[in-house]
Amino acid sequence: MTTLAQKLIAEAAGLENVAVGDVVVCHVSLAMIHDSGGPRRVKPILEKLNRKVWDAERVVVVTDHYVPVFDDETRAIQKLTRDWVYDQEIKNFYEEQGICHVVVPENGHIVPGMFCVGGDSHSPTGGAFGAYMFGVGATEMAGVLATGEIWVKVPKTIMIEWRNSLSPLVTAKDMMLKTCRSIGLGGGRYQAIQYAGQAVYNLSMQERMTMSNMAAELGAQAGLIAPDEITAGYIKNAGGRLPEVWQSYRIETQGADGEVLRFDAASLAPQIAAPHSPANADDAEAFRNIPLDIAYIGACTGAKYVDLKAAATVLSGRSVAKGVTLKVAPASLLDQKQAEADGTMQILEEAGAQFLPTSCGICAGYGTDRLLEDQVCLSSTARNFRGRMGATNSKVYLASPYTVAASAITGEMTDPRHLMEG
Amino acid sequence: MGRLWKFEETIDTDVLAPGPYMNSPLSELARHCLEAVRPEFATSVKVGDVLLAGENMGVGSSREQAAEVLKYLGIQAVVATSFAGIFYRNAINLGLPVFVFPSCLADFPQLKDGAQVSVDFDGAKLRLIDFDRDINLEPLPNFLRDLVADGGLVPHLEKRFAVS
Repeated sequence: MTTLAQKLIAEAAGLENVAVGDVVVCHVSLAMIHDSGGPRRVKPILEKLNRKVWDAERVVVVTDHYVPVFDDETRAIQKLTRDWVYDQEIKNFYEEQGICHVVVPENGHIVPGMFCVGGDSHSPTGGAFGAYMFGVGATEMAGVLATGEIWVKVPKTIMIEWRNSLSPLVTAKDMMLKTCRSIGLGGGRYQAIQYAGQAVYNLSMQERMTMSNMAAELGAQAGLIAPDEITAGYIKNAGGRLPEVWQSYRIETQGADGEVLRFDAASLAPQIAAPHSPANADDAEAFRNIPLDIAYIGACTGAKYVDLKAAATVLSGRSVAKGVTLKVAPASLLDQKQAEADGTMQILEEAGAQFLPTSCGICAGYGTDRLLEDQVCLSSTARNFRGRMGATNSKVYLASPYTVAASAITGEMTDPRHLMEG
Repeated sequence: MGRLWKFEETIDTDVLAPGPYMNSPLSELARHCLEAVRPEFATSVKVGDVLLAGENMGVGSSREQAAEVLKYLGIQAVVATSFAGIFYRNAINLGLPVFVFPSCLADFPQLKDGAQVSVDFDGAKLRLIDFDRDINLEPLPNFLRDLVADGGLVPHLEKRFAVS
């Protein structure tokens, strides 16, 4: 039995088939880099090797970490990035358009069957399109840019199957927090995860991206979802070229050679993860009465169009509690425009939301907007490691956009179903 | 030959390369390597020493410095029952030998912290000097062994481009 991971790796390596544990060299179809780990880190290595990028068409550069610039150092990083992109004749350059994991698929760059690497740990997001995609460090990325190749040790495949359908106000984010709770951080052991089951097939493309995105929190190398009509529709709309054989990238339910984990979507309640690990998740109800200072809708994990829309569903006709600040940083300009066009942004604004630029924002902790000492934040992002979003003793809880919005309204951690269903 | 540094707890990237020193030069960052779990490590470690850990060695962020500081401090090889994926890749790409310990650590009581050891890189063996005993490690696949032998990815590519 060949798993989807093995098929994707074998094709990229130009081999008939590969076995678990084989070390093979793959041809990279797309390398994605951003302003933080990208040009400023790879430029000196490429210069040492006296090499330009192997194929400018296959490189995508996105500025999202040091956006907006706030001092001379960050201005210099953006200038270096622009100059390098120009010098390398890279056409696929998205400057301040939003977060790489969202902007790159939105522009049709990721399609089923591809083998991609990204210079960021959340790069498994691309797996939602039936592509093999994972994150690498800067030295390794420089090697990819010089050669177009990378080695992979063929992983086992862990099957995560979500049976039945989610109830209203429960999302992909809740599915992932529940999975983190079940297998723990690193429980993915750098193997490939494949997601299947009715609840996964029901998800919109952007929610599937949330599933694959958080494969990073599980410590998996990749998080794969087989493409279907929803994938195909998204890619066509994004102007991507769907390969003729896209339907051959299937997931066989019996096809895992690692663990098989089964969950029931129907009985899943909204989840909240306590500081300082996504694995500290439990039913939202368990955190009742814990007050919050900041409600944050942001990042590649939690501020795509579907996430903004979810928050607006709860915030419509309501307003943020006194003493709570709701901050919203849409994941991309395109998502923001879509939310403006259908009134979603207006609902958020009327409820009292403050808007931040479309970039990694507080989640990466790179900018000037950071959590202060002892602040409690409920966030739709993926990680709540100590000090990541600001002061060492700030406390970050994680939840879905529905739960963040509901909690912003009540001023304490709230299961959104209590608010919406009376 | 060197000393064995054995760690019972999970070693993450943040204790190897602590966040507050990430913007400091490598020499400064290295002085704080593992200080949260073994304060004397950075000042006592010598060239040729070997680090032995349990499961999920190097779990955490993708920061390369976590592997880079160990190499800088002279660690000859890192042996662990399992490695976090990105740390494993980064170590190999930076030329730091990493070996999976294929057996149960509890079955080897002689592998004590402070033991005198050496690593046979090509033969994938950990040698206990005082007991005149070799313990088998999981061999690195040939491709990765060559990469480490060249000193990591950048020297490996320099060699490759010089030939071609």
